[in-house]
Amino acid sequence: MPETAAALLPADEAGWRLEDYLRRGGYGTARRVVTTMAPGDVLAEVRQASLRGRGGAGFPAGAKWGFVPQGGSGPRYLCVNADEAEPGTFKDRLILLRAPHLLIEGMIIASFAVGIRNAFVYVRGEYGPAVRRLEEALAEARAAGLVGPGLFGTDFGLDVVVHRGAGAYICGEETAQLESLEGRRGQPRVKPPFPAVVGLFRSPTVINNVETVATVPGILARGADRFLGLGLPKDGGTRLFCVSGAVRRPGVYELPVGTPLREIIEVHAGGLPEGARLKAVIPGGLSAPVLLPGEIEVRMDVESLARAGSMLGSAGIVVIAEGTPILDVLMATARFYAHESCGKCTPCRIGTSWILKIVGRLRAGGGAPDDLDLVAGLAEGIKGRTLCPLGDAAALAIGAMAAKFRGELERAVAR
Amino acid sequence: MSYLPSAAALQRIEAALARYPERTAALLPVLQIVQDEAGFVGPEAETWVAAKLGLRPARVREVLTFYALFRRAPAGRHTLAVCRNVSCTLAGAEGLLDLIVAGLGIGPGQTTPDGAVSLDTVECLGNCDHAPCVQVDGVDRGPLTRESVAALIEELKSHA
Ligand SMILES: Cc1cc2nc3c(=O)[nH]c(=O)nc-3n(C[C@H](O)[C@H](O)[C@H](O)COP(=O)(O)O)c2cc1C
Ligand code: SF4
Ligand code: FES
Repeated sequence: MPETAAALLPADEAGWRLEDYLRRGGYGTARRVVTTMAPGDVLAEVRQASLRGRGGAGFPAGAKWGFVPQGGSGPRYLCVNADEAEPGTFKDRLILLRAPHLLIEGMIIASFAVGIRNAFVYVRGEYGPAVRRLEEALAEARAAGLVGPGLFGTDFGLDVVVHRGAGAYICGEETAQLESLEGRRGQPRVKPPFPAVVGLFRSPTVINNVETVATVPGILARGADRFLGLGLPKDGGTRLFCVSGAVRRPGVYELPVGTPLREIIEVHAGGLPEGARLKAVIPGGLSAPVLLPGEIEVRMDVESLARAGSMLGSAGIVVIAEGTPILDVLMATARFYAHESCGKCTPCRIGTSWILKIVGRLRAGGGAPDDLDLVAGLAEGIKGRTLCPLGDAAALAIGAMAAKFRGELERAVAR
Repeated sequence: MSYLPSAAALQRIEAALARYPERTAALLPVLQIVQDEAGFVGPEAETWVAAKLGLRPARVREVLTFYALFRRAPAGRHTLAVCRNVSCTLAGAEGLLDLIVAGLGIGPGQTTPDGAVSLDTVECLGNCDHAPCVQVDGVDRGPLTRESVAALIEELKSHA
């Protein structure tokens, strides 16, 4: 893996500048792609690589690019999703800080493949240093003729605008992000139409996560087969796994898709601290239903985690040790969803705030005997009745905690 | 009292307006520039922004009130944002928040009477490998301990 680790995420921020990146062969792949390949061949290579989106939903990137209607003269847009607000996730921040030019090179290649000439990067407002780093890298790239009109002596050009969010988790959801980019509240749109057909400023728009886009140059540099060989047949390559919580070495680990969860926790992240015992693991950001210690013999790829009743999501692994009251975790979770529900649909808006009220009173010691059933019922009432996946995520994450730790919660209520 | 941005801010605002194919798309960046300079977006600034972008005032208000990072009232000279999402909670964020509240004598959403510090709680800062963590004036700090929190409180108070 060292080879790919160096390719996607450098060990530190030291070599982020354009001169360092060029010395490592940077922008060579974009140059070769733009000057020697046909857009359709680039798209075919990415399809062949089984690159799944790294933002949460795990949708194949090649297929998504293919949905953009061909022909026509109107604008089309690329929107790079750097909202990264899924609790437990902190990989895109590191790409922006350590490898901004890799992201820009990925944007050039993706845009070339789809016939896009205008790109936006939506960075969450809390990432000040990462925004400044990206702006600086873009200034370097513009000065060197690597962003702007007429790239590599061709008539292909790409303009990039960095757009800062202002503190709203829902703006990570693709259609809410488009609303926010257009200067409105970040409230999701009804789909269809999908953004690939009607997106930003009513034009076809590709939305991809930072890591997804940053993975593209490596695929074109070494070929889809090499990439595919690192991961699984339907889920290629490596991913950046974020590990936090009760481990000795919290951090981001670039590993093949399909690496066992137990190995990531025990080997790469150094295992739990001395004397601590595992209580639970959230495997894919807070939206992913919690797993019990007996459930962590699972490979970290989209399909394996779905079969395990959870999801790979953003690959943010949160390790919970025995001794942590599950009510504390449930409270943080309930508070998050109640706060971040955008308010557009009633089941999500009302459901999440009622759950928070009930969990709050349980935690304060004033719970009623049927409170747990009430929470489960409210979660059930949200499921499948909302516009965007946030409602379902809240229901599933909270529902799993409440169900899998029912005994502990009942004892807490009784006290 | 009517609002007018400085010449430098106005220049940044014009640049923001020029970046988007539709003028109204620049609403977030324009509000951010106003807030960068003034520390908050007050009613007069709202009116000014609405006129500048050709929007109804209610359109500006609805955006301003949707996003957590916008302030509609003046903040302290320093802002302290404390994360208490799950990874930080596992690392003891609640206890640290209690220390901060006791040390500053204010709760989340409040500003110390001398105008030195505004305290807020926030959702995950994307810095979970440094939990428990906070942002001071937008700069990340963490992992914090009881000792470093005490030092941080002193630091913020001494800047009064
Ligand atoms: C509530 C919610 C929050 C999301 N947050 C993010 C995010 O912060 N970053 C991200 O890349 N995708 C996020 N997504 C997923 C996006 O909607 C979208 O699927 C993704 O950006 C597509 O890029 P990908 O295919 O490269 O993963 C979120 C989805 C939902 C429903
Ligand atoms: S499910 Fe929740 S977050 Fe999504 S659109 Fe409805 S109210 Fe908004
Ligand atoms: S939970 Fe606090 S930074 Fe992520």
